[in-house]
Amino acid sequence: MILIGERINGMFKAIGKAVVEWDPKPLQDSAKQQEAAGAHYLDINTGPHAEDQVKTLVWMAEVVQEVTDLPLCLDCTNFDALEAALKVLKRPGMINSCKCEQEEMDRLFPLAVEYNAAIIGLCMTNKGVPKSAEDRAAFAMELVANADAYGLPLEDLYLDPIVLPVNVAQEHGIEVLEAIRQIKTLSNPAPRTVVGLSNVSQKTPHRPLINRTFATMAMAAGLDSAILDVGDEPMVDAIATARVILNQDIYCDSYQKVFRQHSS
Amino acid sequence: MALQIIKERNSGKINIVTIGAKADGGGTRTSVVTVGGDTCLPFLHFEGQVPNKPVIAMEVQSRIPEQWAEEVKKPFADVLSDPAAWAKKCVEQYGAEIIYLKLSGADPDLENHSPEECVAIVKAVLAAVGVPLIVVGCGDDEKDNQLLPLVAEAAAGENLLIGVAEQDNYKSVVAAAMVHKHNVIALTPCDINICKQLNILITEMGLAADRVVVDPGAGGLGYGIEYTYSILERSRLGAMQGDRMLSTPIIATVGYEAWRAKEANAPEFDFPAWGNQGERGILWEAMTATALLQGGIHILVMRHPEAVALVRKNIEELMVTQAF
Repeated sequence: MILIGERINGMFKAIGKAVVEWDPKPLQDSAKQQEAAGAHYLDINTGPHAEDQVKTLVWMAEVVQEVTDLPLCLDCTNFDALEAALKVLKRPGMINSCKCEQEEMDRLFPLAVEYNAAIIGLCMTNKGVPKSAEDRAAFAMELVANADAYGLPLEDLYLDPIVLPVNVAQEHGIEVLEAIRQIKTLSNPAPRTVVGLSNVSQKTPHRPLINRTFATMAMAAGLDSAILDVGDEPMVDAIATARVILNQDIYCDSYQKVFRQHSS
Repeated sequence: MALQIIKERNSGKINIVTIGAKADGGGTRTSVVTVGGDTCLPFLHFEGQVPNKPVIAMEVQSRIPEQWAEEVKKPFADVLSDPAAWAKKCVEQYGAEIIYLKLSGADPDLENHSPEECVAIVKAVLAAVGVPLIVVGCGDDEKDNQLLPLVAEAAAGENLLIGVAEQDNYKSVVAAAMVHKHNVIALTPCDINICKQLNILITEMGLAADRVVVDPGAGGLGYGIEYTYSILERSRLGAMQGDRMLSTPIIATVGYEAWRAKEANAPEFDFPAWGNQGERGILWEAMTATALLQGGIHILVMRHPEAVALVRKNIEELMVTQAF
């Protein structure tokens, strides 16, 4: 299960302040903490306050790469910023993200191929998030077809069936789980799946419990990766436990510790 | 359209372990043995690297093994009472590239050799041969915890492989290996989960992962070998997927397991359909070895020279690369 650490995001106060003031330390501290907690990728997002998205995203990529060898997940709606940041990556990264809209796919899939990057494909359009699992899977299929046409290896395509908060969109949860199952049957080799876990519990008072319960349910449905708070220890423990129950990692009494010492 | 043959892409690798040290490494060996480094399932050269061939260690005991089958004692009849001479014969006459010395004479219920006597025996064997040495205790925890640290100290610089470390008794031998720079055999009773846990315990003590060789507690042919095979398979698959706690080379006491079997020992007149007992025993040992090789073992501890010759030939053939 690939863990994408979500904390280097300008919407969090400390990072937002650091981004505006061009202070690398909070970003670098967060990078090191997330790496120690077991992250495989680090998501970087300029947040809402950065004036120059291009300059900021590039700067964020550079300062984070000073302290870690982990690959970066570039989280931005400004495609020029994405392209500029891809240029400074020291190892293949991940583009976050591309909706099922032709002009987005035409811009971003060739970039992913050119920079040997993975890319997150969202099962939605500019009109919004579909309701049923079938509609989500249909968008997934379109993303798969485009990826194939552009020569992107399907193991580098991470499809996100879009998780919505359980307190306001409760009927979506089971549709997302079923969509994950269907997405894994779309091709051979199958595309990968990803979700932004924190979305499922937004504005509820039980965030960690809801997040980790959904994580293990989604893993049973075929979830390959998640954007999450790797500092949430019970969450990472639950994921390690799900790996063992799904017979994906061999059990040993210290399995929780070993899960965090993943191979590079 | 050209046929595309799908190859697995493995992300893991079996650790490379070296046993023995020459003068430039602080020892007195004339040769060293290197095992491991596999980046594919056993012998699938077309999917990765098999940089080091499996090696056969010939077994020497620190006491006359009167309980061994006659057929196995015959080739060594003149040297059974002298471990150094026995080891020398294994190397000079039968081409052994590494010696496995079991200090069975230290067993309190047998000769009860003192730790000092054991050290003397180890030193004598080291002086008699130039190949690397594996040294294993008698199996009595209390005795072994006394003698193994002394052996480790006396042989410091020789980069031995010493054993055994088990889940309930590992600290003493691991500490001795750390201080005197040897490698350790980690033994578990045919249980992959305990095997993984023991590797974690050992590496948490501070011994480098590439100084551990795992003994999975192999069962002999007809006596659980297929269960051992399934453990070896799961272990190698885990290693290939990046599980670092299952990425150690593997050792198996083939001779001990095979020659325990009724099928290797029963006289022909008791079981005429089983044929000549001598040949049968040799084949039982050779087939145990070759079956375990398919599961992926790196060091085979064997007894009968003719079985050793058969398995050596099998290893040569398996190491011919079919890469494409």
